[in-house]
This record gives sequence, structure tokens and C-alpha cells, in this order.
Amino acid sequence: MDFQIALILAQDGITNGAIYALLALALVLVFAVTRVIFIPQGEFVAYGALTLAMIENGVFPATAWLLLGAGVIVTALDAGAVVRAGGRRVMMLAGTHLLYPALLIGLLWSMPLKDLPLIGQVLVTLLVVVPMGPMMYRIVYQPIAEAPVLVLLIVSVAAHLALVGLGLVFFGAEGYRTSPFSQARFEIGPMFITGQTIWVVLSSLVLIVALAMFFGRTIYGKALRATAINRNGARLMGISPALAGKLTFFLAALIGVLSGVLISPITTIYYDSGFLIGLKGFVGAIIGGLASYPIAAAGALMVGLLEAFSSFWASAYKEVIVFTLVIPVLLWRSLTTHHMEEEE
Amino acid sequence: MRSVISPRVLIGAFMLVLLVAPAVLPPFYVTKLNYIGLYAMVALGLVLLTGVGGLTSFGQAAFVGVGAYATAVLTTSSALPGWLAWLGASPWLTLGAGLVITAAMAILIGSLTLKLSGHYLPLGTIAWGISLYFLFGTMQILGGHTGLGGIPAIHLFGFELRQDNEIYYLIWAFLLVGVFTVHNLLDSREGRAIRALKGGMVMAEAMGVNTARSRMVIFVIAALLACASGWLYAHMQRFVNPTPFGLHMGIEFLFMAVIGGAGYVWGALIGAGLIVVLKHWLQGLLPAIFGQSGNFEIIVFGVIMVFVLHKARNGLWPILTRLTQRVIPVRAAQRRIDAAAEPLARRELPIAGTLLLDAKNVTRKFGGLVANKDMSLQVRSGEILALIGPNGAGKSTMFNQISGVDTPTSGEVLFLGQAVAGRDSREIARMGMSRTFQHVRMLPTMSVLENVAIGAHLRGSKGVLASAWRLDRAEEARLLAEAARQIERVGLAEHMFDEAGSLALGQQRILEIARALASDPCLLLLDEPAAGLRYKEKQALAELLRKLKREGIGILLVEHDMDFVMGLVDRVVVMEFGEKIAEGLPDQVQRDPAVLEAYLGGVE
Repeated sequence: MDFQIALILAQDGITNGAIYALLALALVLVFAVTRVIFIPQGEFVAYGALTLAMIENGVFPATAWLLLGAGVIVTALDAGAVVRAGGRRVMMLAGTHLLYPALLIGLLWSMPLKDLPLIGQVLVTLLVVVPMGPMMYRIVYQPIAEAPVLVLLIVSVAAHLALVGLGLVFFGAEGYRTSPFSQARFEIGPMFITGQTIWVVLSSLVLIVALAMFFGRTIYGKALRATAINRNGARLMGISPALAGKLTFFLAALIGVLSGVLISPITTIYYDSGFLIGLKGFVGAIIGGLASYPIAAAGALMVGLLEAFSSFWASAYKEVIVFTLVIPVLLWRSLTTHHMEEEE
Repeated sequence: MRSVISPRVLIGAFMLVLLVAPAVLPPFYVTKLNYIGLYAMVALGLVLLTGVGGLTSFGQAAFVGVGAYATAVLTTSSALPGWLAWLGASPWLTLGAGLVITAAMAILIGSLTLKLSGHYLPLGTIAWGISLYFLFGTMQILGGHTGLGGIPAIHLFGFELRQDNEIYYLIWAFLLVGVFTVHNLLDSREGRAIRALKGGMVMAEAMGVNTARSRMVIFVIAALLACASGWLYAHMQRFVNPTPFGLHMGIEFLFMAVIGGAGYVWGALIGAGLIVVLKHWLQGLLPAIFGQSGNFEIIVFGVIMVFVLHKARNGLWPILTRLTQRVIPVRAAQRRIDAAAEPLARRELPIAGTLLLDAKNVTRKFGGLVANKDMSLQVRSGEILALIGPNGAGKSTMFNQISGVDTPTSGEVLFLGQAVAGRDSREIARMGMSRTFQHVRMLPTMSVLENVAIGAHLRGSKGVLASAWRLDRAEEARLLAEAARQIERVGLAEHMFDEAGSLALGQQRILEIARALASDPCLLLLDEPAAGLRYKEKQALAELLRKLKREGIGILLVEHDMDFVMGLVDRVVVMEFGEKIAEGLPDQVQRDPAVLEAYLGGVE
């Protein structure tokens, strides 16, 4: 391998690593606030990428129907809860979760999706897919929010499976690659840097800074942090765990969809590609012990680089190498952890 | 009155159905039954791991793959080095080889993840499952994605098991052996330790259970069951490729266990049966609905799974048994205590007045806060010492220093002349110190008898294999008889077979004392034993403690109830603000001005 190839591989690694880092942050966030190990994170990546691909191809994004379906279920659940509590505001409830998808579907029908500028298409993708995050929390996790981590994990896997299957229904078995955000190529010394790489890295940085601002400066961000540190304490201070959960899932879905939009010009995405991408974010998150944001991000970057270099040296064993990385990490964590904790 | 039948009749009927099934069913159904048996074996491991032990693994399919590939390579490859080639002579040898490899892998993964919080094992096994799947697909010697063919059939007593309806009997024999092994294991000394893993680890450690070892044991057993299933699979199909060993199958196995009822050995069978049947049906139905081919059944599985975890987290087995109970009343298994069982050997108690516990100048600082300052106290055999003081005086911190849960910043605690600091609670229990907890720690779904029997863990020695194959019955009878004796002694005899969670709080505290006594201690540490007791119960408890004292046990109790303490104990140590302010006979202490000031406030 010469220096030039190394530079190219490093560039690849950093590009993918930046996306894994975003996913790792979302996973750490979701785990900290809700104790959910968010396996379906990857599905939001795939849904984001493929919804954008459908829009680009001028096809009506089928995920909008899923949004409507989820809205119906959420409304039914909420209405059930309200009626059981003796309330009468069923109509109001129906408004938010049914009206939004219905309006959105109407809007999408009437718009020439194919002719929208890229930024518009991305925006539509976000509008369609991101609300599924909080809805998913409402349907899948909220009823068992107090369950042990293990149960939440199994539910996560179940939700992941259902979403992969639905992805096959909506997007078909074919893979797509969307057009890049920028065709530019810059020559710096001996290497070329593509515009897409710059887009990915910059967007990731902007997103990370925005998240940091959100958690540091806003009341909702602080509420989430409080919930992450002490769920019961936060609850006693009036922070609703359901709201915290939905907000967290909104952020996780947002990060997932943006990652999907960013990665789809680089890699062909299939309905089931999200899982492996999400898991690589996971390896990063595990390196950070599912607790530290900076270490998780650094770990994810390392995963990206490792993946890029191993694809050059031993491409057949690429995935094996990446996932076996977990083992030394676990060893290190296991040697540095001494306390015994009671599982809830 | 309706007649009640024994569970043995049901099991017998089930065996009979299994026996004749291949003779009367068309081959297609026999094949399905084979798959159910194979999958149930893997799910059984997950019942032990997930439902009972509170751990989980998504990597079981990879272990199935190890079993299948081990035998496939060893029996078909001609390029093996001489020291390995002899294994290929018979599938029975390769089964052994597969089990050894699997156990080694499970021990490796287990030692990496089992010390960490519960969710690292599943995450580790996901990564492991994916790695191994890709390895199966890429390694030349494993045949890559095309796989390995030409695997020989298994010979058994001169018969060659070539057809599905022949290997059927072997598969189900394996499964039934597995079911009975796991069932027996759970109903034993080791089994109680395993059942304590879910929600009772701190307590179990304090009773001398090595929980890390128990976790490893169930992880290895689960892996071995999966491996055996893989071995059978390879010799049934006579061909292996990577597809059935991917992560998706690992997930499906977990679904089988959870849907069937992860806490019940028969739940594995129900779950496997249901998933196999459902999968077959959905794979025909759904592609027709959606107009394209694909594994759409995963949508339904995912939705069912979410629903089951929301509405019936214990799975279908308990629901099914409740329903069948209405039609066919089955006698609940009644446990009998063998009163004639030879009593367990007892520890030689030190003669009265021997120094048991000696805390010397113990200081514990948390940052700037001094919780215990220069505390000294001694407990001798045959005496009861009370540690009292107002809220926040540092009693619980002191209790933690003594029981080895926490380590003093300076000073030392000697138990029978040996330092407590640095020993884990297991070792301290073995030395003869037993304790109760301020917040009751017991296993609410286990019976009072079984909870107390955990206390006697260190007085038995039969291991996993002995338990699994019922070579432990004599010892088990002695352990249970001992537990029963302690339960009678503390006055809970009428609740012996009730669920521990159904007891009132005060009775649960008494249960903890019985459990501590079952370990045959020479020093008993009681943290607020009288809290929540009624007057009569307090009197009975005091009587019990006096009796223990006469037998020569030393007792240290932390207590708030002055009436209870003053009439009972020999000496009192009073703490305030982390320091000892008085020590002496109850009468002296009650008149001590410093104590009166601490409790009632000083005169301005």
C-alpha cells in the first residue's frame, strides 16, 4: 500500500466513521434517557435513504402510508388511555396523529416531488420519516417503559425485525444509491477530496455541535439530561418520562434519517442495510460504554477507519474484523469494571 | 369432586404421541417435527439463560453453526492433519469435538461479557454471531457460501439413520434428555443459585453463591444445547451452508423462547412449535398478499413479539397450563420434606465469650464527609450487641464495614482474627458470618422453603452434573430438611410452601433470619430485624434470639425499637455523627447523659 492509497482509505474511513459517530451518539442518547438499546436505529437510516431515493425517482414515498398507519395506532392507544381515564378529548388527540400524516400525504400527492431541489427532497424525507420515531416510542416502548433493560432489548429486536420486513414491502428488494450532494472534487497535495466527503463530515460536525447546544442551552435538552441521570428524580420535578422518551426518539430518528440521507450517495442502500450500519455505530457506542458521548464518537470513527483499511487488506473478512473489534473492547471494559450491580 | 391426574400421566401420553407420530404422519409433517425438536433444543438453552438467569444471547445460531460445521468438516474433509483425522471416523466423535469447541468459545465470550452489566452479553453475542456467520461464508475449508455436502448419516446400534423418520427418534431423544436435564438442574442446590441470578445477586453472593460461576454455567449449557442441535441438523440435512446460522436465526430462537414462555422448560417446545408452524403458514400466505417473494413473516413475528412482551411477558406456557387446568386438572407437584434425612454437619461453635468480631478504630470517609470516625466495637460468642443511634448516625455505614460490603478508610475489622476488608461477601459467609438486609432481599416467586435453602448453599457440595442427573438427592433432602427446620424454628412453618412474595413484610424479615440461620453461622448480623413486626411477633423474635445466644451464636443487631433492644441485648453501643458516644449495659446507657442528649436534645 502506498501513501496515496492510505489517504484514500483514510478518507473513506472518516466519511463512514462520521456517520457511525452520529449513530453512536444517538444510541448513547437513547440508552441514557430510556434504557432502550435502540437496535432499530439502523432502520431509520435505511428508511431515510430509500425514501429519498423514491422521491428522487418521482415515486410516491410509500413510507408515508406507514406514517399514517402508525398515526392510527397511536391515536387508538391514546384514545383508549383517555377514555379509560374518563376524559373526553378524543377528537383533539385524533387531530395531531391523524391529521399530520393525512395532510402530508395530500401535500405529497399534489407536489411534483421529482422536480424539487435536493434540499427540498431531503426536507420531505425528514417530514415523512422522522415523526415515526416518537410514534414508535409511543407504540412499542411507552407501555413497558419500566421493564428491565433485557425486555426492552428484546422488544427492540422485535421492532427491528418488523421494520425490516415492512421495508421490504415498501421499498422492494432492490438497492438504491441517491445522487451526491455535490459533484465537486478538490485536489489537496497528493489527494482528491470529494464534495460528498466534505458534506458528510461538515454535516456531522454541525449536527454534533447543534446537539451539544441543545443539551447545554435549552430547557428540553436539560430535561433529557436530567432524565438520563435520575429518571425518578426528573419525574418528581415534573419532567414526563413519556415526553422525554418521545423527544429522545425524535432526535434519534432525526439523526438516523440524516445519516441515511448522507450515506446513500456513497453506498448502495437496501431495505435491510440499516442493521449493519447501525451495528457499526453500536460498536462505537459500546467502546464508549453506552455512556460517554466523546468516546463513543471516537470509537465510531475508529470503526470507520478499521473498516476502510480492512476492506483493502482482507476484504472478505471486513465484517468479521469490524465486529470482532468488540471483543478486545469488552475485555478492556471487563477488566476495568469491578462493581457488581443488581439487574433490575 | 373431579379426579385429579398426576403430571406423569400427561408426560407419558405426550411420549406415546411422539413415539407413534412418525408411523402415522406423512413425511412432510415428520420433517417439521424434526425442525421443531431441533429448534426447541436451542430455545431450551435460552429458557435457562434468559427466562431463568436473566441474561440473553442472540448468538445461539452461531453455536448451532459451530456444532454443524465441526461435524461437517471433520467427517467430510480429506485434507485434515493426522492428529485430527481420527475424529472423522464417527459422527459421535465429532459431536464430542463440537461440544468441546463450543464450550471453549462460550467460556471465552462469557469471561469477556459476564462480568459486565446484563446487556453486554446480548450485544457481544450479536457481534459474535455476525462475525462467525461471515467466517462460515468466507473460509475455504468451510466450503464458503456453497457449503459442505456429503455428510454421512449417524449410526446407532447398527442402524443407519438416513431418513427423516429415522433420525426423528434421535432428535426427540436428545431434546427430552435436554428438557429433563434442565428441569432437574433447576430443582437443586445449583438451580436455586441460578434462579437467584435474576434479581437476587447481591443476596446470593452474601449466602455464598458464586454468581459469576452460575452465569457462566448457564451460558455454557445453553451453548452446548445449541451445538448438539447443530450436530443433529448437519446429519439430518447431510449438508451445511451458512444461511441457517445467521443472526436472524439467533433472533428467531430467542423469539421461540420468549413466546413459548422463557421461564418454563416446556415453553421452549411450545415456542419452537408455534414459530415453525406459523412460519410455514406465513411463508405461503404473505408473498401472495404482497405480490412479491421475501421473508415477510418477520413482520408478523416482530409484531407478535412486541404484543407478547406487552401483554403476557411470561409467554404462552403459563396461559396454556391455566387453560388446560380447567379441562384436565393436573396435580401440582407437592414437595415433601424428608424429616428423617441425616442432619447437615454443623460448624463447631466457639466457646461462649470467644471474641468473634473486633472492629478497631474504623473510620470511613466519603470525600469530606466522615460517616464513621474511630469506631470500635466487639462482639463475643453467646452475646447480643445492639448498635443504636439516631437517623444518620452512621449505623448502616458501620454495618457495611463489618459485613465487608464496604472497606474502611482506616482502621480494620477482624472476624475470628482475620481481616474482613478485601474479602468478597462469599468468603465472609464461608467464614461463618451471616446477615440479613435492611431492605428485604429475597426471591418473591420462589417458595419460602427454597428461599431459605439458598442460605444453606455452602453446606452442600453437589455440582451441576450431579444435580442435572439426580445424583444429588440425598444431599438435597438434607438441605431442604435443614431449611425446613430453620423455618419451623422462626415460626413460619405454615408458610413453608407459599411464595415468599406473598408474606407480609415482617414475615419476610423473619424469612431472612431463617435463611441466615440455614448457613449455620457463628455470628449473625441483623439489620433492623424488628421493623414491621407486630408486638407478638417481636416477642417471638426476641425469644428466638435469646435461644440462639444460649447456643453460643454472637449477634449484632442494628435496631430502632428501644423497647425491643433494651429488654433483649447484653450490651449497647450508641452512635451519633459517626462516633461512638456510649457503650455499656442497657441500663447504664439509658442513663448516660450523652445518649439522652442525642435522643432527646440537650437542655439549653
